[in-house]
Amino acid sequence: MSTVTIRRIYVWDIPVRIYHWVNFVALGVLAVTGYLIGNPLAIQSSSEAYANYWFGTVRFVHFAAAFIFIFNFIFRIYWGFAGSKYANWRNFIPHTREQLKEMADVIKIDVLQRKGKPLKSIGHNALAGLSYFICFLIFVFQALTGLAMYSKMSGWFFTKWFAWVVPFMGGDESVRQWHHIMLWFFVIFAMVHVYLVFYHDYVEGRGIISSMAGGWKFIEEDDRG
Amino acid sequence: MGSDPITVYEHAMMKGYSRRDFIKMCTWLGALMGIEASGVGRIVKAMEVKRRIPVVWFHFQECTCCSESFIRSSHPIVADILLDKISLDYTETLQAAAGYQAEEALHQTMQNYKGEYLMLVEGSVPTADNGVYCCIAGRTALDIVKEAASGAKAIIAWGSCASNGCIQSSKPNPTSATPIHKIIKDKPIIKVPGCPPIGEVMAGTIVYLLTFDRLPELDSTGRPKAFYSRRVHDTCYRRPNYDAGLFVEAFDDENARKGYCLYKMGCRGPVTYNACAVTKWNDGVSYPIQSGHPCIGCSGEGFWDNGPFYQHLASFPGFGIEDTADTVGKIAAGVTAAGIVAHSVVTNIRKNKLHPNSKPLTEMPNKQEGVE
Repeated sequence: MSTVTIRRIYVWDIPVRIYHWVNFVALGVLAVTGYLIGNPLAIQSSSEAYANYWFGTVRFVHFAAAFIFIFNFIFRIYWGFAGSKYANWRNFIPHTREQLKEMADVIKIDVLQRKGKPLKSIGHNALAGLSYFICFLIFVFQALTGLAMYSKMSGWFFTKWFAWVVPFMGGDESVRQWHHIMLWFFVIFAMVHVYLVFYHDYVEGRGIISSMAGGWKFIEEDDRG
Repeated sequence: MGSDPITVYEHAMMKGYSRRDFIKMCTWLGALMGIEASGVGRIVKAMEVKRRIPVVWFHFQECTCCSESFIRSSHPIVADILLDKISLDYTETLQAAAGYQAEEALHQTMQNYKGEYLMLVEGSVPTADNGVYCCIAGRTALDIVKEAASGAKAIIAWGSCASNGCIQSSKPNPTSATPIHKIIKDKPIIKVPGCPPIGEVMAGTIVYLLTFDRLPELDSTGRPKAFYSRRVHDTCYRRPNYDAGLFVEAFDDENARKGYCLYKMGCRGPVTYNACAVTKWNDGVSYPIQSGHPCIGCSGEGFWDNGPFYQHLASFPGFGIEDTADTVGKIAAGVTAAGIVAHSVVTNIRKNKLHPNSKPLTEMPNKQEGVE
């Protein structure tokens, strides 16, 4: 076997990593509090209502986390234009022949486990990029529906901009319903996302898990020149 | 009737009410509409001077609960006068005339007061099969609505039927029951949804039109803001229980007895805009939540399709009746977990063949360096 030289590449710059972990915390909090808002715990209490506020607190935490999530996401969109080439929006929307071929290869080799030349995507592979793009669309959807429901109890002009979503979607009840359904998208996305990171680290050994902490990935030199 | 409409005040005097009664009614109506005390004079003036507005009131696909609610608006003069005050020239439920006479009255109003009369519509209009599912005097509702609307000054869509289709437009909507605003586009339309709307809200809306000669302030979906700008939830006396996280779990549990929040029993208060918790029903006696029943959201669009009424989340289309988005989500998450397990097993079986990189370091040559 010939010598393999491994090159260290700085893939995720600091803003991307901060975005990722803020998003991780915000989405975790949003999913848990969101589920609780839809299915509150059954509590029997000997105290009167004025002595408690736990459900109000859960809702407050949900709204606070939502605003952090939204502005963090807006920042990431900006960074998709201003950031490094791995953070660029082009990674998320497959629009070149190369990306389409890579997508097909990822499906063939990683998903279906067929034989092929091992893949070496440095940033996101094209399929992962597309899945994050779909995720971003659902971020937008959750932000729109959430702000629309919130606008009725807020005096802030920013939330009022989104009041139109309610009549557009046929009333508050259906906005609530769809907002709730999308919670499950995040649950499933998180499962698949975490699994795939472990999978890639396990079969490729390029340090994909730690890359979101330190920013570095390790790529075999001889193939990438 | 209707050839020389007199003022509301004259009409009240004719009926034997005192001026005191009349002023009391004006004050009461002002309070109802949310008009400040200094504005009551304008109401009095309007009632004294303005001639009664000729009104035609149509009934299409509906159950007449709006009319029933309206004639029970709690103030005695409202019950008595309001129906007279507006010169109700045509309404199937209450008119004395029948058959040709009734149709004659309708056409006279429409001709004599073209561009002036108020058109009230109770019920939705079926549009399937050229509208044959609702015919009056040999004509389809669709036809009648179009003709009457062309000469109307404004239209009030009474109740959920006329505002958003209500039960007859719920899936699969066999007659294509259609709310008025989707048929008539060129006239101002005030929606007063509810199944039925509160009588006082109906009265308040009409009196506003009568007093100020313009539409009340409407929200983005065309409902008067005075009555529909706040959620039942926000004005509900059980709201502190919601914030405290104290919920009724079953209709016969201790929590229900204590009057906890009905959120988990499917209460639609948080998504329903109406004045129920403020104005209440039957002369201010109560409203559904006060009686221990969750709000079913009857003034909301498509509320029949968002059932079952007694669970928080609507059932998910294509699954069992009781299955919510959560059931579907849990199944999807389970399938995903199974897929992940299967994929990881296959990965381990085929790993060495497919992924040369994954060989442990010890099998790799010794000379490994990280080069920047």
